[in-house]
Amino acid sequence: MIDLLLDPLAYGFMQRGLVAALVVGVVCAVMGAFVVLKGLAFIGDAVSHAAFPGLVIAYLVGIPLYIGATIAAVATALAIGVVARRGNLRFDTAVGVIFAGTFALGILLFSTIKGYVADLFSYLLGNVLSITAADLVQVVILGSIVFVTVLVLRKELLYATFDPAGAAASGLPVARLEFLLLALLGVTIVVSIQAVGIILVVAMLVTPAASAQLLVVRFGQLISVAVAIAVVSTVLGLYVSFYLSVASGAAIVLIETVIFVAALVLSPRSGVLAARRARATV
Amino acid sequence: MTTGIAVRLEGVRAGYGDRVALEAVDLTIPVGSLLAVIGPNGAGKSTLLKVIAGLLPARSGTVEVLGDMPGRHAHQVAYVPQAETVDWAFPVTVGEVVTMGRYPTIGIARRPGPIDRAAVADALDTVGMTASRDRQIGELSGGQRRRVFLARALASDPDLYLLDEPVTGVDSTTQEDLMAVLVGQAGAGKTVVATTHDLASAAHHFRDAALVNRRIVASGPAKDIVLDQRLLAETYGGHVLVLPDLTGLVLDDAHHHDQAAAHEPHYHDDARP
Repeated sequence: MIDLLLDPLAYGFMQRGLVAALVVGVVCAVMGAFVVLKGLAFIGDAVSHAAFPGLVIAYLVGIPLYIGATIAAVATALAIGVVARRGNLRFDTAVGVIFAGTFALGILLFSTIKGYVADLFSYLLGNVLSITAADLVQVVILGSIVFVTVLVLRKELLYATFDPAGAAASGLPVARLEFLLLALLGVTIVVSIQAVGIILVVAMLVTPAASAQLLVVRFGQLISVAVAIAVVSTVLGLYVSFYLSVASGAAIVLIETVIFVAALVLSPRSGVLAARRARATV
Repeated sequence: MTTGIAVRLEGVRAGYGDRVALEAVDLTIPVGSLLAVIGPNGAGKSTLLKVIAGLLPARSGTVEVLGDMPGRHAHQVAYVPQAETVDWAFPVTVGEVVTMGRYPTIGIARRPGPIDRAAVADALDTVGMTASRDRQIGELSGGQRRRVFLARALASDPDLYLLDEPVTGVDSTTQEDLMAVLVGQAGAGKTVVATTHDLASAAHHFRDAALVNRRIVASGPAKDIVLDQRLLAETYGGHVLVLPDLTGLVLDDAHHHDQAAAHEPHYHDDARP
């Protein structure tokens, strides 16, 4: 049994993949708490798709891909923030336009590249087991920046998310905190794209925090339970991927989804079982 | 700081987008006031509070709060939003919400210390919510929710309270309790400004009143102006019926707040969308 767990770790790619997946899982779970509470899921999806043209442009001009992706993702996140503050267009409409437009630009540029570009394809679907040592360093550094920033500003981000007007009136820089949160979201997405790909990033952000929200009532617990779910899912997902030779990102996301469904059934307040108990006692 | 004046507005005009909510507003609120801001639906009551809180910049005119421009002394100001703008499904407990009142003074990257914990405990005790400290806010009744938000304001120990409908839709015990707390704060030299649409309560509990309908229709001692038939007719445009026992009955007030700004979240029940 223990060999089943240890054998894969003899491989360098598995060690690197595990570290990268854990960093991504934890950072996504922490940011995910704010994404879920502020209703930013759709924005997360838009920002991850907007990273694609950044990747392609970086490839075409020959700079490191993650720099292109980071610039595109953070710029898009902040642009969405500006649209939201103006408030003269329906917000989800604006996000939808930005979402499709940027991704179309990425595909258009992608189609100009002659031949098969494995690098860029791997960003669409993600493969954490193919991560290089240099990429891993980027993931750890960028992930740590997001994690430490949220940890340091935890109270202020919580207040600004829960009651923006009350927080602003008492002197917290709510607008700046919101833009910071969006920029961190952009960085988180770039970090995660390598692991799970552009299309599945939003699940890494939303699913652990959404599951946790069904189970607990305190903000601190929400974050720790989301992190725990993410850690379990990423580790389990990687082993499943290793032994069954299936896509690692999809395996992680599917396990998170299974946990979400379980939380939905077992939730003490809103769960299916709680509802049945309530009916039975009437 | 101008001695004795907590808030001064002169020729203030404010609004959202194309909509002007307040125009030519002149209002002086002395330190220690217990002021009810009264007016019909969409009269600009909430807008007035937001301008004073520094949440909405005035388009023109002068706004002076605690002797400076709004927002300058934010740590001395406590703003409590309407219950409808709060997401009650949010995973926070009563204790966490009240502790938020201390966040601006605690500062970044620091945890609440003994002074903060004492302030939170005092505030919870003052509003009678100590026993509910660890409950999630969504489990509370409407009255308890207003108690918790007033406790958050108390915990921040402000000089100026800006309360949007603090006693709307609560039972009479809660109303009496919360008003007693506010009377006590005004007595201790704090300034309390609260919107309300309950004329009887305004006349009974508040010392001062301002009637608002896009502009200040009248301001002065609550007893003199709140139940003045002519002023009320002017404020409410005739949609008010004053009963013989001097209880004002407002007829157009089914939905009692100003139109929210476009980006402002707005919740009408406990359900998360």
